Amino acid sequence: MRLQAPENMVTFTFDGRRIKGVPGEPVSAALLANGIKLVARSFKYHRPRGVMSAGAEEQNALVTVGQGAQAEPNVRATTLEVSEGLEVSSQNAWPSLRYDMMAVNDLISPFLAAGFYYKTFMWPRSFWEKLYEPVIRRAAGLGALSGQTNPDTYEKAFAFCDVLVIGAGPAGLMAALTAGRAGADVIIADDDTAMGGRLLRECEDIEGKPAREWVLDALAELDAMPNVRRMTRTTVTGAYDQGTYGALERVAGRFAPDKPLECFWRIVAQRAILCAGALERPIAFPNNDRPGIMMASAVRAYVNRWGVTPGKAVTVFGNNDDAHRTARDLAAAGIKVAAVIDSRDDAKVAGDYPIYTGAQVIATKGRHGLQSITIRHNGGTRMVQTDCLAMSGGWNPTVHLTCHMNGRPTWREDIASFVPTPQSIPGMVTAGACNGSFTTAACLAEGAAVAAEVAAGLGLKPKVTVPDADGTAYALAPLWAVPGKGRKWIDFQNDVHVKDIKLAAQENFRSVEHMKRYTTQGMAPDQGKSSNVVALAVLADATGRGIPETGTTTFRPPYVPVSIAAMGAGSQGKGFAPERFTTSHKASVARDAPMIEAGLWYRPSYFPQMGETHWQQSCDREVGYVRNAVGVCDVSTLGKIDIQGPDAAALLDFVYTNMFSTLKVGRVRYGLMLREDGHVMDDGTTARLGDTHFVMTTTTAAAGLVMRHLEFVLQVLRSDLDAKVISVTEQWAQFAVAGPQALALLNTVLDQDLDDEIWPFMACGEVGVSGVPGRLFRISFSGEHAYEVAVPSRYGESLFRMLTAQAEVMGGGPYGMEALNVLRIEKGFVTHAELHGRTTAFDIGMARMVSAKKDCIGKAAAARPGLSDWGRQQLVGLRSTNALTAGAHLFEKNAAETRGNSLGYTTSVCYSPTLQMHLALGFLENGRARHGEVIKLRDHLRDVTEEVAVCDPVFFDPTGGRARG
Amino acid sequence: MRITCPNCGTRDRREFYYLGDALALDRPAEDAGLGAWDDYLHSRDNPAGETRDLWCHEAGCGAWLIVERNTVTHAVHKATLAEKVKR
Repeated sequence: MRLQAPENMVTFTFDGRRIKGVPGEPVSAALLANGIKLVARSFKYHRPRGVMSAGAEEQNALVTVGQGAQAEPNVRATTLEVSEGLEVSSQNAWPSLRYDMMAVNDLISPFLAAGFYYKTFMWPRSFWEKLYEPVIRRAAGLGALSGQTNPDTYEKAFAFCDVLVIGAGPAGLMAALTAGRAGADVIIADDDTAMGGRLLRECEDIEGKPAREWVLDALAELDAMPNVRRMTRTTVTGAYDQGTYGALERVAGRFAPDKPLECFWRIVAQRAILCAGALERPIAFPNNDRPGIMMASAVRAYVNRWGVTPGKAVTVFGNNDDAHRTARDLAAAGIKVAAVIDSRDDAKVAGDYPIYTGAQVIATKGRHGLQSITIRHNGGTRMVQTDCLAMSGGWNPTVHLTCHMNGRPTWREDIASFVPTPQSIPGMVTAGACNGSFTTAACLAEGAAVAAEVAAGLGLKPKVTVPDADGTAYALAPLWAVPGKGRKWIDFQNDVHVKDIKLAAQENFRSVEHMKRYTTQGMAPDQGKSSNVVALAVLADATGRGIPETGTTTFRPPYVPVSIAAMGAGSQGKGFAPERFTTSHKASVARDAPMIEAGLWYRPSYFPQMGETHWQQSCDREVGYVRNAVGVCDVSTLGKIDIQGPDAAALLDFVYTNMFSTLKVGRVRYGLMLREDGHVMDDGTTARLGDTHFVMTTTTAAAGLVMRHLEFVLQVLRSDLDAKVISVTEQWAQFAVAGPQALALLNTVLDQDLDDEIWPFMACGEVGVSGVPGRLFRISFSGEHAYEVAVPSRYGESLFRMLTAQAEVMGGGPYGMEALNVLRIEKGFVTHAELHGRTTAFDIGMARMVSAKKDCIGKAAAARPGLSDWGRQQLVGLRSTNALTAGAHLFEKNAAETRGNSLGYTTSVCYSPTLQMHLALGFLENGRARHGEVIKLRDHLRDVTEEVAVCDPVFFDPTGGRARG
Repeated sequence: MRITCPNCGTRDRREFYYLGDALALDRPAEDAGLGAWDDYLHSRDNPAGETRDLWCHEAGCGAWLIVERNTVTHAVHKATLAEKVKR
């Protein structure tokens, strides 16, 4: 029921029913205004539940928002804003919220006590995963995910400030004002839609005017300060190292097409002031979970802030002075207060409604909504008709963030709750209700004082002025659980009641952490915001210890549930993953080449032609281009590192196993690079362009690794060397031109015809490419007469188009990765399939490349005896008439195919159109001594068994005459 | 985690590559013997407390840094250029 008819209303739906609400108010307020009490079914027993609170601590009113792929489960109706067309549905109920079949769980609840599944579903063991767990999971639970890809957008962002103020109640606002006025860069964040905290929900004055007006003035002043940033709808969810805080912002205008749904912030603050306030805790009395039983502070919040009354005849049950505010505010608003029950004998309260002191609520009635309560008073009982019971067991300071870095809160007897232990989070101080200071006057004063201290610590000169406000002390007498029969709920979200906790203690789960896990009290998503202290008190009672000795469980981030989508914003699908494209990318795609990933690069797999139905046909044709005419391949993805300086050659001598200082200018040399542990890291060619100028090429995969390695050597190991390295991979577009017609093809694009005498095998130098200064390297990764020609990247695409067009005239054309791989396997050239991190120079037959004349990275370790034993698995070639597979194991012909008998494995395979047989490279124990033998290849995964002949890894043109000729 | 790079200022740790203990600076001579090389390659302490590690500001200036930090408090005390360290 609404106290006044609002002007502006919109329509949303709850379980399909159209409901009017005020835009921006919580859905819970609109439901209560429309008399909807039954909102949810509980986790385990499927008990009918209603709205309990008016904030992020809501345990009962969890709903699903939206439909299909956009459906978001477990949204708290108390923080979900009403908007036009919003679709809200209840969850964990079938077939309907009112008639939920699973409510049968409630009838058999004695069999479902805490830990029941640990005892009941023990046997047979195999049933657990297949039967018991799925059934339990379906029966117990919250909302369900759609299982579809979430189409909503989320965002993440970073912010930096001097002072982060967490919470914008009286303490937070004063802290922000004080720090802001002193000139600090301030961010003030609050999870509500509007700032003011409890000042928006209470009837009281500050500086002689209504507190809500004081709030508006304070906000206006903050907004006028350019050094203050206000963030509403933003919950600070965690405190992390070095003053980093996580925060979840619910972006205004849910489902607005141009806005993300949520933004996850990382806020870095020099100092933080926690003004998170306090949360009211329930009292455990029998059947205290009926729809209509709410927190006392929430009841008056709905009345005071949203003009919604949760009931027609409200009763109040409390153990403290604060509960009486609810009765007072409701009576002032003209709402019937049917009874006020104060458990304290000595409570001094007055009001124009029935007041029972020294009394307790011992029973409630009304399955789908509260109808009456029974009070025990003066030795007798009395039944009171009521549709809303406001309960208050006192307040718990919101200490959560102070515990996120292993801090433990301190028990304070006078307020019967925990307060933050100072310095729990480096750089964070606390003020106001979260510090146990519950009066408005104390909140304002503490907020100002603490902020002044923080500002002074930052070298600023703050002034402290504190407005007048109510300072009436708050008194309570602890009341945790009302004696008597019936289930008294403590953790409403996880369906844990007093008896469960006693059972845990009885079964010797007496440590608070054990109790939590045995009963699930305080588990996600609620994390025990409201239930923890009550649960500890009951456990303390059951174990005969005090609450401080019992201690509390660890509060972990996040303070409120954070969707993975928000934390991982920008990472859906490809997200921000970089893509690197060669200059020939468009031309390759235009030729319908399937592009495959090579690290971050995309390279053409093959270039299909009309009539080809299988990649193998294209690949065979492209291999033929290179072996018989000429092929063109973009090799720009290989790492290119420019090395200059007087000690450039000395650097190369140190990082390569072989000698480079002896390399002549205008020549290229193949180099082998080891890790310091003696295994091969990478290989490639390095060209000497000048006395002090080299260009190193690395494999595509290891380009970044090698670059970092060179910097490591230069900065850390050999800072005596005068040389600089820089990556020029993206500056040069480089193409392999390979085949008997390579020279002829190149001559069509070069400014001057090449002379074979001046450009022998392994020569390099500068050339003019159609008027563009370029570089030419006579190197071959195919075993043919070949060159690599490089031009500045902006000319790459046109050069590729020229080369491929000319190649086609000569009976050749472009070739892709498949053909490149076949060509190099035929020649026994290794790639990272062979250089996989566990192979040594000895293993790949290059032991002689480790120069004896100098030290180099990996030399000492490579000399360890185990790394060059003849029994090691050595690189061999394998041939067969049938297809082979990579990753298969090698066995003696008649040996059982067991792990212990494995003699090696294959690393690369192909069909060789040149040799018309299937080839493999692999590693075989003592392999170099076994050329000519026949062994067995067995691939257990793909179920392939073949006899293979062991041979030299160089299958084609073993003397290398074709490349040199 | 943030590291203050002497060249670039305070940067998020995502810009840095972690190598390991700064012992890697003290490369033994080629003929130091298998024991010394084994130690250099493989033996590392795993302290609860102060550490000296090598990090590379790979997504920044490319500098290799010696970062002093505490594995218990997670405090990052100091970062110096490895190049400038006297050995």
